[in-house]
Amino acid sequence: MSTTATIDHAPGAPAEPQINYLNARYGVRSWLLTLDHKRIGLLYLGTITVMFVVGGIAATMMRLNLLEPQGALVEPETYNKLFSTHGIVMVFFFLVPSIPATLGNFLIPLMIGARDVAFPKLNLLSWYIFATACCLMLYVVATGGVDTGWTFYTPYSSLHSHTDVFLAAMAVFIGGFSSILTGMNFVVTIHKMRAPGMTWFRLPLFIWAMYATSLIFVLATPVIAVTMFLLMLERVLHVGIFDPALGGDPLLFQHMFWFYSHPAVYIMILPSMGVISELITAFSRKKIFGYSFIAFSSLAIAVISFLVWGHHMFVSGQSVYAGLVFSVLSFLVAIPSAVKVFNWTATLYKGSISYEAPMLYALGFIGLFTIGGLTGLFLASLATDVHLNGTYFIVAHFHYIMVGGAVMALMGGLHFWWPKITGRLYPDLWARFAALVIFIGFNLTFFPQFILGYLGMPRRYAMYPAEFQALNVLSSAGASVLAVGYVIPVIYLIWSLRNGPIAGPNPWGAKGLEWTTQSPPLTENFVKTPIVTEEAYNYETAPEPEVARV
Amino acid sequence: MMGLTQFALNSMAALWAGLPLMPPAASSIAESVDHLYYFLTGITVFFSVLIFSIIFYFMIKYRRRPGQKTEPETHTSMFLELSWTIIPSIICVVIFVWSSALFVRNARPPANAREIFVIGKQWMWQIQHPEGPREIDALHVPVGEAIKLTMTSQDVIHGFYIPAFRVKKDVLPGRYTSVWFKADQTGVYHLFCSQYCGTNHSEMIGWVYVMSPTDYAAWLSAGEQSESLAQQGARLFTQLGCDTCHTGAASSTGPSLAGIYGKPEKMATGGTRVVDDTFLREAILTPSTIHVAGFAQIMPTFTGQVNEEQLLQLIAYVKSLQPQERTNGQ
Repeated sequence: MSTTATIDHAPGAPAEPQINYLNARYGVRSWLLTLDHKRIGLLYLGTITVMFVVGGIAATMMRLNLLEPQGALVEPETYNKLFSTHGIVMVFFFLVPSIPATLGNFLIPLMIGARDVAFPKLNLLSWYIFATACCLMLYVVATGGVDTGWTFYTPYSSLHSHTDVFLAAMAVFIGGFSSILTGMNFVVTIHKMRAPGMTWFRLPLFIWAMYATSLIFVLATPVIAVTMFLLMLERVLHVGIFDPALGGDPLLFQHMFWFYSHPAVYIMILPSMGVISELITAFSRKKIFGYSFIAFSSLAIAVISFLVWGHHMFVSGQSVYAGLVFSVLSFLVAIPSAVKVFNWTATLYKGSISYEAPMLYALGFIGLFTIGGLTGLFLASLATDVHLNGTYFIVAHFHYIMVGGAVMALMGGLHFWWPKITGRLYPDLWARFAALVIFIGFNLTFFPQFILGYLGMPRRYAMYPAEFQALNVLSSAGASVLAVGYVIPVIYLIWSLRNGPIAGPNPWGAKGLEWTTQSPPLTENFVKTPIVTEEAYNYETAPEPEVARV
Repeated sequence: MMGLTQFALNSMAALWAGLPLMPPAASSIAESVDHLYYFLTGITVFFSVLIFSIIFYFMIKYRRRPGQKTEPETHTSMFLELSWTIIPSIICVVIFVWSSALFVRNARPPANAREIFVIGKQWMWQIQHPEGPREIDALHVPVGEAIKLTMTSQDVIHGFYIPAFRVKKDVLPGRYTSVWFKADQTGVYHLFCSQYCGTNHSEMIGWVYVMSPTDYAAWLSAGEQSESLAQQGARLFTQLGCDTCHTGAASSTGPSLAGIYGKPEKMATGGTRVVDDTFLREAILTPSTIHVAGFAQIMPTFTGQVNEEQLLQLIAYVKSLQPQERTNGQ
């Protein structure tokens, strides 16, 4: 770090632009009333970081408790609230908005050569709605928490739980509107605001992924809103919808819940896939392999994701025939994901590959997503799902997708576009070290859980039979490594805000319109509307990387 | 030195014993499920290793070198795209057919299965044997005999899970679900609740005791002799006054119940419904939804008057009635 000053003032080093979106206006009001998509993206980034910390603390306490079979730390009642808080906060208030609302907001206009999103005021409104929902959820956590699990299964949630299910459901309900508005905004923006020459098949694949995600936002989110609304109705007014004691049907809730929540899995992973396409091409300096296959596989995933919800219910008592249909459709959704993995791998072929931190995250993503995806086959397959459903195998599988996939991609994307967002570079050595720590910690945490699951340990257990202890201790040890891995970037990224070397417009020598403007960009993004004359990822015409190792 | 090696080996063996990879396999289907699991694990390892190796190979072979210019290369290949779409599809079809065949086979209990009833409630498993014995958080079954569990919940959704048998089914309030297995190893195995059900979910666990047929017979007849489920149901049938309408006579107000179990019944709304546990449950709790042809729909609901346990007794009683028997409850 002592070399910072010399790099900062090295002859020929890029100078910080005089005016940019960060220093154009000052003061709290200028942030809270901003209509700039870049600033709104940062507001989201701050909000989801707070929520990630809350969900992460809950996870840490869970892992501590599971060090001992009888529970090392808390009572079962508290443990139940911890995993519910962890799930609700991480899914609805971190993962769903994570990449779309932060990187998506920041990058979509920049990548398509637009001045802003189509509806800037709506964009700010959606952040306020989201922030309100977050505050409500934090209030619920602070005043005693909720113990239904993130799945809110009825009739436990509607009539039996003694915790504040109503407000928690309300928080999810409200948060959904921010997803719908963001999705709508992105769809219109991508349709109507592309720069001259930016045809659909010249779009970066991140945009295709965000487009597919936005479709799911708009089409699926209303269903979770309806579901949460009905749940609140039954809980408060005892209208018989889900509880058989009132004449309702408990499986109806599961159908409605998963009709949103399975597509929501793809809300969380599709944007990550978009990020990975950008990173792989930038650090192998090569055109993406099979552009149209990756683009259309995003849309295929978005469509099929609406037809597979029943695979969460193979042992719920739904009919054997429903099980067969949902099983075959679940296998179908695996194919486009496999196609993406193969295309990314093929992109590396004959590339000129370097290993800066974002690339390490991208390669880590491919590996973990591959394992996460393949273990999904165990759960799409009926006979094995009967045994694995509701066990730690499921927990491991979706954490490989959600943390190994979505969070790795968010970290990779954040490191890749950090110089664009802040105009500064972070110490790459530290960043690569953190990426490695996260990768090791992640695998140590979640791999043992696959084995625990096949051994039959059910999820959501505050206590467990002693024979499962060794693997649980291993998993908890991994979680502490993972936690350290997440703390390191916070430190050097904050450090870089003031002390990082000036990045210049395009430190990686990457393609894409966002790299043609200054860093940090002007409030207006571009001095002059860019005109696009080539396909995406045409690295033959890319500038040399100028990033200096710190 | 030898001692040290021995110590290291022993420690590793101890660690290995403390880290089992597979649960006990103690039912007729466990092995076939495990085979599919091994196959899937093989597929997972193969493709993970394949992808990882290719990535590592490319990472090293094509690492950036100073002054290197990327050569113009192909960035699309229909042959490759088709192969990595079609090959995974074929593998998926194989897994689907294999696992579905297994699932369908495992879903249907054999006709001669011994029936035992399960009621889940926060936070215990109540097991009811038709012969009379009742147990909490324990299930005794004979080895080598197909057992069908008919299950319901008194409050929220629970999940009935015996890892050693590779069977699991959610237990719902307001309806019956069932699961069956044939234990093929005597022993004691875990019984877990697999569907989160509230505060003491993780303590809603018990043991399954698989016994030899003679031990099981001895267990059934040991302890205080209780009435069988059907006998208890018969008593209830009279107590609740069911027998005033369901007299069994041709002229009675309600249909005769003798020998109806498992047979189709003509409905006034047209069509027929097979009389099973669910049918009888609905007929007792929500008779307005069940209108048998030829009879006036006047039966009152018994919701709130009978609990889950009594419902099972009544059903067991109706099931026990032979066609020639009169249904006056005695």
